Order: sequence, then structure tokens, then C-alpha cells
Amino acid sequence: MSKGVAITGMGIISAIGNNVVENYQSLIHGKKGISRVSKIKTNHVNDIMVGEIDFTNEALEQQLGLTSDNNYSRTALLGAIAAKQAIKDSGITNINAYKTGLISATSVGGMDMTERYYYDYLTNKATHKYIEGHHAGDSTQKIAAQLGIEKSLVTTISTACSSAANAIMLGARLIKSGQLDRVVVGGTDCLSKFTINGFKTLMILSDTYNTPFDENRKGLNLGEAAAFLVLESDKVVQEENKKVLAYVKGYGNANDAYHQTASSENGDGATLAMQKALEVAGYKPENIDYVNAHGTATGNNDLSEGRAIIRIFGDNVPDFSSTKAYTGHTLAAAGAIEAIYSVLALQNNIIYPNLNFKTQMKEFNITPQLELKEKPLQSVMSNSFGFGGNCSTVIYSKEQ
Amino acid sequence: MDALKQELKENLIEQLNLEDMTTEDIANDDMLFGDGLGLDSIDALELIVMLDKSYGIKLTDPKEGRSIFESINTMAAYITEHRSK
Amino acid sequence: MNKVYINSIASISAQKTFDNSLFLTEIENYEANVIPVINPNYKDYIPPAAARRMAKGIKMGVVASKIALQESGLDTIDAIITGTGMGCVRDSEKFVSAIIDNDEQYLTPTSFIQSTHNTVGGQIALELQCKGYNFTYVHASNSFESALLDAKLQLELDEEKNILIGGVDEIGEHTTKIHKLVNHVKAEAIKTSDVINAQTPGAVFGEGANFFVLSNEKQASTYAEITALKTYNTLPETEVLHEASNFLKENNINIEDIDLLVLGNNGDVDFDTFYTKLTEGFINTQQAYYKHLCGEFNTASSFGFWLASKVLKTQTLPEAVKLNNKDTASFKNILLYNQYRGENHSFTLLKQC
Repeated sequence: MSKGVAITGMGIISAIGNNVVENYQSLIHGKKGISRVSKIKTNHVNDIMVGEIDFTNEALEQQLGLTSDNNYSRTALLGAIAAKQAIKDSGITNINAYKTGLISATSVGGMDMTERYYYDYLTNKATHKYIEGHHAGDSTQKIAAQLGIEKSLVTTISTACSSAANAIMLGARLIKSGQLDRVVVGGTDCLSKFTINGFKTLMILSDTYNTPFDENRKGLNLGEAAAFLVLESDKVVQEENKKVLAYVKGYGNANDAYHQTASSENGDGATLAMQKALEVAGYKPENIDYVNAHGTATGNNDLSEGRAIIRIFGDNVPDFSSTKAYTGHTLAAAGAIEAIYSVLALQNNIIYPNLNFKTQMKEFNITPQLELKEKPLQSVMSNSFGFGGNCSTVIYSKEQ
Repeated sequence: MDALKQELKENLIEQLNLEDMTTEDIANDDMLFGDGLGLDSIDALELIVMLDKSYGIKLTDPKEGRSIFESINTMAAYITEHRSK
Repeated sequence: MNKVYINSIASISAQKTFDNSLFLTEIENYEANVIPVINPNYKDYIPPAAARRMAKGIKMGVVASKIALQESGLDTIDAIITGTGMGCVRDSEKFVSAIIDNDEQYLTPTSFIQSTHNTVGGQIALELQCKGYNFTYVHASNSFESALLDAKLQLELDEEKNILIGGVDEIGEHTTKIHKLVNHVKAEAIKTSDVINAQTPGAVFGEGANFFVLSNEKQASTYAEITALKTYNTLPETEVLHEASNFLKENNINIEDIDLLVLGNNGDVDFDTFYTKLTEGFINTQQAYYKHLCGEFNTASSFGFWLASKVLKTQTLPEAVKLNNKDTASFKNILLYNQYRGENHSFTLLKQC
């Protein structure tokens, strides 16, 4: 059994940067990655804005040194890049020196290729290589291969927009229980016509920059991203004399059991998830210094989450902000993206501003942090909520 | 107007998979949401697409649907006034 | 650490398995390369208002979960963990084709919502009003095993008392069609009894939902104890037997103590060799297979888990699943091995209670 779950490495690629340093620079300089979509041909191009990564698939393939006969979806490409960064950042040279697993999260999987070649498959043999790349586990298998993880525990979680938070949660539990010494956890999702049109049918896509926790919020911007963290047991940290970036201190998952897609008005599931996370951490609400909110800027989420935050923290709601205005909503990757932002907040004692906010919401009087703020931070809470009532909270801390 | 109402009932049953219902089961002034037929927010989104596809009416805010989709009567009245096909 | 028990089971498959009082007494024989499930009367379990938007995968999952819950004697459950390789793939197909066919116009949300992988787990939570832990694993042929691993961990550590787990996948027409193109589905229709000796590439595709209530408390309905489980992303054919003996050793069991070996053979000439290699170390052991009865799908191994549970409780082995004949008198320990196309392997060890 391991008492602590140490984070010893991080890797990320998002609309606001191709690595951890770039992401942090964008965060503290208020630099958004939201634009019109350029790499996907869609009729909705003028109706939506997205958080898109600059690199083309070809460029990503080149970075990974893949030959042209590869069958990587963009999800797999982004995931492999971020996961490799995390391993490097953790200073790991021999991945199989310790029992190492991989838990990835995705909702899109290989859908980007499926939607491209859906009918072509029937007539063009050259496209057939992507057929097996469709299912969600395929991107994870490829990332494991890229990292050299063999004969080990490798799995994929897909619980919509809370997926990566859940991957981190499972990873932490596997370390704590001693099933693994080290586990790479995170998530990856690329933009696709499928998700663009899907969220469009739900009428929750904003036609302009998303504005979390604003009274006049119009919906979310979809984003693409991948982020992975290396979690290690006390044993590995001691033996390898590892630098610990932060600890996964608490976690909780609960179900809203209210509606297929919408959150309950009072955020029952979200409240339960935050409660459980505090319990696991052995914390009281006052131990939380900053909440990195899910804050997608949909009418429903921000109201439900805000109410849940008030239910947990009462009159003493800590500083909170959503970073979705920077990256867009990166779906299954969001929990890992924001895990890294939470760790960076702890490392630098910084709270990121909630961009694009203008008008206070009518339903309550809590206001997100609007300016970059320096403050000593001990613990950060990160929320991720998804369809199917899936609510997850992870607490990151400087202490074991 | 009566023909439109009948057509709406048929569309409603088909679009929303109200398998066990017939058009006779839906009265013109039945509440479609809540305690009436028990339709929900996803059904409302389905109906918004139906307005667009069958009658050329585009709603951009799902909240607009609330009063329009109150009953078959309100739907028929709105469509008659705003239809472009 | 607590022991973990299988307290109830439920199976919707291409066989008549949804009635728990039967155990493959009557085999449904097919001559096909795709075999759908025998449907229970879904309306007996799901109110029409709730059922009207449910995809087949959701219906199968909800009904299987209700049967499992009923048999366990519980009204509520602490957590729901599902495994699915493809989720409600028909709705994914419907939405993709609608995007292409209608040029992104007139799309409706229902098929998009249902294509989300955790839609079955979410709907079960809605139906049971379960606000507890709710995870969905989507890792090919280790989807169900990942759910099992997660539940086992929580029950061992006493984090929860009763957890509903299940594997569910549905057949999608387009998906099957394109998998035929790459020979993952057999080109020819084949009789159920001939699948094992097919000597052709590909498998007979199937679908199904197998759900179980796992608990750290034994009760009258208990089927078996879950002793151990291990999953592997890769495992070379030459190492399968070696890994199996390591796995047994770690759990203090000898090969001779295994009374039944349940194998995931699907009749694919290119990949059944993994099973052949394993059986070389189990020549004196009774062996069974099942994918000829339920078809191959990402969570087909949950049918194997159902089979093994049933064997341990009833102490009988149906003729239709016997791969050899060893006249085993009693079944105490069962080892299950599964993989798909040489990836995502798992060993599961069950014990009689």
C-alpha cells in the first residue's frame, strides 16, 4: 500500500500550447486558444468557435516518427505526444523497471477517421487500415506501444466529459492499493464533425467566445487536447529520488441520476462528488484554496455547478475559475488538462482568471476570480462533469 | 388547420417514438410536456428539428420552444403563422 | 482484504439465457456469421415512456441489470461499472451517416446522446436512481475485465458493499459490414457446432449483455468467489502458458487444481493459436469454450464469466461448451483466458463457495 500518490511528470498539448511551459505562459497571460475551425470542413464554420491545435496530422505523425502506413487517429496522435512528454518530464528512462500501467480517457476515439472514410471503406481498400482504429481502446493501445508499456494493465475510460478525471482517480486507487508502482493517466480527444454536430443538436454551442459563469453565457466552445500525468508510489519516489510536483490527495465520483445529458438544478451529483473527494483527502472545505471549476459556459452546467459549490462551501466559497475560455471544452481530456493546470497553480501559487466574464449570474452571488492572482496555495479542487450524470472531483495538494 | 394538427400528431408519434400511442390519444389541448404527455428537453430539441425540416422554421434558442410546444394547438398556430414551406 | 463474491447473474445472449432457472439445456443452433441476441420481452422490465428512446444496447443493459439486481435480492446498489467496446454503435452509425447524408442538416440529438459510451451506465443509474460511483470502461476485449478489476478493488478495500458490473455490446450493421471487408468477420455462414474447427479467418460476430452483482458478503444466492484477475495489453503467443502458470503461482494454485479452463476461442484460424498454446499446459484439464454460442464481441468474455459462475453454482457443465471430455466430478477452481486478435489478454480465476 502506498500512502501518497505522487505526480512526477506531466505532458500536454492543447489549443494554448504544445507543452506544459507554453500552456502555463498562455494561462498567466490570458491568451485564449479559441478561433474559427480550420482543419475540419463543416457547414457550421461561422456558427461556432473552437479550441484547435495548430499542428496538422502530418506534422504530428512526423513528430512521432511514424511511417505513412500508420493508422493513427488524431486522438491517438495527440495522446501519444502528450504521454511521451509526461514520461520525459518524469525522467523515466526504463519504463518497465517498475510495474507501470496506462489509463487513458477518450470519448471521440477514432471517430475523426470513421467520419472521413465511413462510405469510402466500402470502395477504397487503402482506407481499410483505419477500420480497427475506430474503437476507443485503440488510441490507448497505441499510446502504450509508444511508451513501451508491455504485458501490463492498460485500459480506457469513457464517461463523457469526466473521463480523464476518472482515469486519474482509478490510477490513484491502483497506486494506493499497491497494484501498480507507476501509472500514466490522462485523456485525449480530437475535434470531429461528430462532436461538433452532436453538441450543435443539443444547442449548447456558443457562436462566440465562451463565457463561463456569466449571466449571458451562450454555451461552450469545443476544444481538442491531450494531457497525461505520471503517478508514482512512495516506493518509486524514494528509490528513484523523484521530484514530486504535487499529490493526488482526494477523489470522488458520483452520479446525478437525473437526466441523460443535463445536470440536476441543485447539482446533486456534483455535490456528492466534491463531498467524497474531501472525505478521501481527509479535508474540510476550508482546506481548499482554489477550485478549478468544470465551468463549460452552458446555461445548465454553470448554474448547477455554482449551486453545488455553494452547497459544499457555504459562505466561504474559495477562489474559483474555469479555464474553458482558454482551451474550449476538451471533453474526455478536460479532467487531465485541468489536472495539469491545477498542479501548475500549486507550483506557482497562482490562480488563473476566468476570462470573458462580464455580468454576474442572477441565481447566486458568487463570482469567479477575474484577475490573475498570486496567493499561497496548498490544495486545489478540480471538477469534471459529463453526460450520463457523471460527476467527478479530484483534489491536488502539496502535501502527501 | 385540422389537417395540420393531425399531421403534427403523426409526426410527434413517429419522431419521438411514442410507440404505444395513436393520434386519438393526443387531444389538441393536451400539455405535451410535464404532466401531460411527459415529453422532456431532448424531445423539445427533436421538435425544433422537426419545425426546421418540415416547416422551414428555425429556432435558435431552445427556450423559445417552451411556449410553442405547449400543446398541439399552440404548435399548429405558430406553424401556420411562421411556416416557409 | 475482503473476499469478493458473485451474488447474482444475468445474461442476454444469442442463447435463451435470460431465464436464470435454465442453463443451456436447449441450444439455439445458427448457421450465420453474425448472430443477434434472443430478446427478452423488454416491456416487462422497462416502462414504455422510458424505453422509447433507448437503443438496443441500453435496453439489454437495463434489463440485464434488473434481472441481476432482482436475483441478488437488493433494491439498490452502491456503484455501477460497465464495460463496452463500442457502446451503442447503431446510434453512432446513425449519427455519422446522418451527418454525411444530410450534409450536417436536420440532425437530432437522440442518436448523438446514445452514442456516448457511458450512456448504458448512465441509464441504469437513472432507472435504479443510483447516485453512486459510475464508471464505463471501453478497452476492447478488456472492457469487461477492467470493470471487474475496478469493482474487485473497491470491494476488497471495503469502499463499497455491492457493485453492479456488466459487459454490453450491440451489433451495428455498418460496423459489421466494414469488419467483413477486413476479414474480422467470417466470410462464410457457419454452423454453431462447426465454429471451433472453422480453419478460416475472422469470427462470428455477436452481441449481448451480461451483468452481475458483486459483493464482499456471501449470501444464499452466491455463485462463486472471484479469486484473482489480471489483464495484459500485450502478450506474445509464446508466453501465454508461462504467464498463466505465473498467475496461478501468484495465487497459490497449481495447474492440477484447475478443474475447468474456459477459453475464448472464436474459430479464427489466425488467433485461436493463443488458446492452443495455453491448452498444451492443461492436457489433463477439462476445457470449455463459448463464443460459438454467443458470438464474438468486445465484451463476449462476460458471457464466459457468466458460464463459469453458473458451472460453479450448479456443478454441471453443459455438453455444448465442452472442448474435451475429462469426466470432471466436481468444479472448484475455474481459470478463464481471453484475448481478441492477439491483444488485450486476461486471466480470471473463480472459486466455488
